[in-house]
Amino acid sequence: MKRAALNLAALGVLAVSVFPVYWMVITAFKPTVDILTETPAFWPARPTLDHFATAVRAAGFWTFWRNSLAVTAGAVLLALVVALPSAFAVARLRWAGRRGFILMVFVAQTAPWSALLVPVYIIARDADMLDRLPTLTLVYFVTTLPFTIVTLRGFIAAVPPELEEAALMDGCGRAEAFRRVVLPLLAPGLMSTSLFGFITAWNEFAFANALMIKDQGDRTLPIWLSGFSNVFGTDWGATMAAATLFMLPVLLVFLVLQRRVSSGMIAGAVKG
Amino acid sequence: MARTLARTVRPALVIEARSRRKGALWPYLLVAPALAGFACLLVYPLARSVVISFQHFRLGELIRGGADFAGLANYAEALGGPEFWAVVRRTFLWTAANVVLIMVISTAVALMLPHLGRRMRLAVMSGMVLTWATPVLAATTIFQWLFQSRLGVVNWLLVRLGFDSFRDYTWFADGGATFAILVALVVWQSVPFAALTLYAGLTTIPGELYEAARIDGAGPWQVFGRVTFPILRPLFGLITSLEVIWVFTCFAQIWAISKGGPGGATATLPVYAFQIAQSLHRYDLGSAVSTLTVLMLLAVLVVHLRRMFREEAA
Repeated sequence: MKRAALNLAALGVLAVSVFPVYWMVITAFKPTVDILTETPAFWPARPTLDHFATAVRAAGFWTFWRNSLAVTAGAVLLALVVALPSAFAVARLRWAGRRGFILMVFVAQTAPWSALLVPVYIIARDADMLDRLPTLTLVYFVTTLPFTIVTLRGFIAAVPPELEEAALMDGCGRAEAFRRVVLPLLAPGLMSTSLFGFITAWNEFAFANALMIKDQGDRTLPIWLSGFSNVFGTDWGATMAAATLFMLPVLLVFLVLQRRVSSGMIAGAVKG
Repeated sequence: MARTLARTVRPALVIEARSRRKGALWPYLLVAPALAGFACLLVYPLARSVVISFQHFRLGELIRGGADFAGLANYAEALGGPEFWAVVRRTFLWTAANVVLIMVISTAVALMLPHLGRRMRLAVMSGMVLTWATPVLAATTIFQWLFQSRLGVVNWLLVRLGFDSFRDYTWFADGGATFAILVALVVWQSVPFAALTLYAGLTTIPGELYEAARIDGAGPWQVFGRVTFPILRPLFGLITSLEVIWVFTCFAQIWAISKGGPGGATATLPVYAFQIAQSLHRYDLGSAVSTLTVLMLLAVLVVHLRRMFREEAA
């Protein structure tokens, strides 16, 4: 009896978790007549790819896709390059101000970014950086930087310093010891950290919405999706196809990360 | 956590002695790019926002540049109007509703997971990871479709269940209904992280403790109150603080679905500040509201911040 109740509750949780996403995918595959019906079908009797074709052929689809990819990749790479030396300095070296720096990173991590929309808009306008993709890259770089530093610090601290010392004894310079010994061991850490950065930047909406205002050609996918009613009108099939395509890369990344997802998120919040 | 830290720091002393000889400058060179990034894109905008909040800064000043000092006029205007306080009340209601629901549901799910069969547990966890992986903008689009008035599956279900008044009901035309949908959306998206993290914490509690409590005659509520919760208190505190930050400063979901409407019914502080600046070109007043938002958030989180500083400075 108790077991049945538990399983029923579990099924309820499962249904609520999965149904919205399931409904998106199902709608995307249904022919329009089956969408425009008063009694919804919960299984696509006649799956079609028409809506995906509509979404892909929509004006600017590939531009937005390319913009999102370029901005996201740029931000993630920049964050890695900048965070790696900082994470090393924090994990391996003792210096005055180290604690202060760590604290600053933690505070930055929980910074209320939405409160910065207005000043960043004004600064970007003054610097003639509105409607330009590099501006978004810079913003996403800084929003992912604290998390990247904290996680990489954890990964670097997990590499035994003895390995590095041995290399130093063998006559390597510090940079060489780091490049040859620590860096290869960090590869999985760099991988998962950058994938988390990817998800954050890929999904970002508020700044893209505030900073890319005039030029259609500078929009990213979230902005495009937010205006779906202008793009597709009441074509819910195409809208859901577009949402599915937008979600796909993130889902793939989650599959790659799998178990690391939870510990990675918590590593971002707790010190490494 | 502190113990792991101590262990990783001590061997660094060996290297440190060497680096000190080589000159103590280069740790600073290593962190310089990160510091520059924070300074330009976090500290400067924040400072700029505070400065603007004390200026007369509207469309004219935005185009011409240069702005006059206005003292506390913007703060007086914000704090003196009834609208601001309505937004503040709404923001606290929004935060409380979301965080309470998130924490209660997550705790229930986390406590349920260990009692499930292996396959069921895996299914529920995978389902939650799927929810978690859904991008915010995909989720807002999906929810708009679920709650669509004529073709939405939610209205269909409600009518089928006998609530005939929901036939063709337009959720997004009503302030309260839109607010409720946004709460449902944020809770739906936030539960997986909280539940899975709490579950991970639960698995670290030794089973003997539960057994001992049960032998002492404790019921399930007492086991939770006397064993589970006290042990996981830091984790509960951390997750609650993070959720408060995320929900309080939530912008994308609200803006994408309702832009703070209808009739301002979903305008929380960050949305309100952006509205004032964007549509009224009152950058000064918007900045004042933003500054007040940050101060309020700090006040709410003072406990969390104190703990963070204490742990990190220890």
